[in-house]
Amino acid sequence: MKTAKGNVFKYGANVDTDVIIPARLLNITDPAELGSHCMEDIDPDFVNKVQSGDIIVATKNFGCGSSREHAPIAIKAAGVSVVIAETFARIFYRNAINIGLPIIECPDAANGIEAGDLVEVDFNTGIIKNLTKGLSFQGQAFPPFMQRIINAGGLVNYVNESII
Amino acid sequence: MGMTMTQKILAAHVDGVSEVKAGQLIEARLDLVLGNDITAPVAIKEMEKMNVTGVFDKDKIALVPDHFTPNKDIKSAENCKIMRDFAHRNEITNYFEIGEMGIEHALLPERGLTVAGDVIIGADSHTCTYGALGAFSTGVGSTDMAAGMAIGKAWFKVPAALRFNLTGQLNKWVSGKDVILHIIGMIGVDGALYKSMEFVGDGIANLTMDDRFTIANMAIEAGAKNGIFPVDELALSYIKAHSDKPYTIYEADADAIYDEEYIIDLGTIRPTVSFPHLPENAKTIDEIINEFPDGVKIDQVVIGSCTNGRIDDMRAAAEIMKGRKVAKGMRCIVIPATQKIYLEAIEEGLLKIFVEAGAVVSTPTCGPCLGGFMGVLAAGERCVSTTNRNFIGRMGHVDSEIYLASPAVAAASSITGVISSPEEL
Repeated sequence: MKTAKGNVFKYGANVDTDVIIPARLLNITDPAELGSHCMEDIDPDFVNKVQSGDIIVATKNFGCGSSREHAPIAIKAAGVSVVIAETFARIFYRNAINIGLPIIECPDAANGIEAGDLVEVDFNTGIIKNLTKGLSFQGQAFPPFMQRIINAGGLVNYVNESII
Repeated sequence: MGMTMTQKILAAHVDGVSEVKAGQLIEARLDLVLGNDITAPVAIKEMEKMNVTGVFDKDKIALVPDHFTPNKDIKSAENCKIMRDFAHRNEITNYFEIGEMGIEHALLPERGLTVAGDVIIGADSHTCTYGALGAFSTGVGSTDMAAGMAIGKAWFKVPAALRFNLTGQLNKWVSGKDVILHIIGMIGVDGALYKSMEFVGDGIANLTMDDRFTIANMAIEAGAKNGIFPVDELALSYIKAHSDKPYTIYEADADAIYDEEYIIDLGTIRPTVSFPHLPENAKTIDEIINEFPDGVKIDQVVIGSCTNGRIDDMRAAAEIMKGRKVAKGMRCIVIPATQKIYLEAIEEGLLKIFVEAGAVVSTPTCGPCLGGFMGVLAAGERCVSTTNRNFIGRMGHVDSEIYLASPAVAAASSITGVISSPEEL
């Protein structure tokens, strides 16, 4: 995936893994079923409105809390193409990379994008365009090491390549 | 350039390297890989996609069914079965069945699996607990756990660090929980994002091991990668009493670089409570009494978890509840974190005190902390809990509220029915 384009769902600071996918649903492991409950404790309408390719934008510390990989899996399965935030909580950050959910840190974009805006992201350059408002932001591209994991299609394939 | 304690441990676990720097990406050898009944089943599925025939070392993996156990429903039972079958198939030494299990972060140190100088990953965010013993330990997701089980390595970005210089001594009824809630209140839930929290200072000698486990356990609630304590005589005697594993003591270099240093006089810390819905919403008991003269009425108290289910915690709660009764209409749930702690609490008469006070006592489980079972909240209910997160919906209904506190404050609150300090009883 080289680019993503979609409408934005905007959230604030410290969106935690319990509101992304609550623990009462952690006995589920099927991605599609997890995706059908994504964000339900913070935004019950999210799953009804989200279209494939849509984008989540949030401010600081997105994904704080638990180590549950179910959180990025639910977001990816709901059809979200990329999450843009000022900062990410560290376990969520690695989990997203490891399962292949694109994420980009960009404080300017987090502040310059509103709910409903149409946004395009170029993963090669890290450039984020707000097509609705005609603004452009430079997001932080992944360091080469992480790009190798992403290019391999996630950590599982990366490990397989390293073993061979 | 000098290295922090965390950086020294990491450097010693990277092949062909004697020094690491903050920001550097490394691949480190792992001494232990941990998973539980929520995260391990996902990891096992991921590992099956990898081109490996088995685990890297059957002695260096710990699997603990603790979250939704004893199995709360059919799906939980099936997840536990996936983990149990995997453990048997791969002859995992450290799989702990119901009857010998406990809440993972209380259990592993007790079983001697975590010692100074180790690099440990666990597919559970509170894996940072083992920093109390001078280990580098951090939470990861299931795919990292899968790779760790397969190849015995994990990638890390070497963290920068914050230094917390602890001086003085805690007052009566003030514990490690109050210290860490105070610190998170001071720096915020992302105050240590991507960084190490290194605790130093002569005040550490005045903290029990259980205080230190509690403090390190909640480093993640400030966004930290790990929390870590120097290995002093007390930590060393704990390690020797619980483990035959070789250990290594690492110390920060004198010229190690810290992004910030905070000096905290333990004697000034008051009983502290974090209000909904973030651990950073910390208030001292004095502020609470001032702001809420009629009291903050509560419906439930939970005393337990990987944060506060240890024997010190049981003793503190029992000391307060002895000869007293849980307030009318209040539910008080006490959960010793491991079978060993449960047995000690029986032998010391603590469980008798709890039951006579009108509390219920449960077998070890993470259940209520994450809204799984054994104490789920209804809309509008308030719980004072010794657990670690008070996010929206964490313990049940999205309209319920969680107030994080020490076992002493939780026990006192169960007696009065409002958030209370033991000093008020």
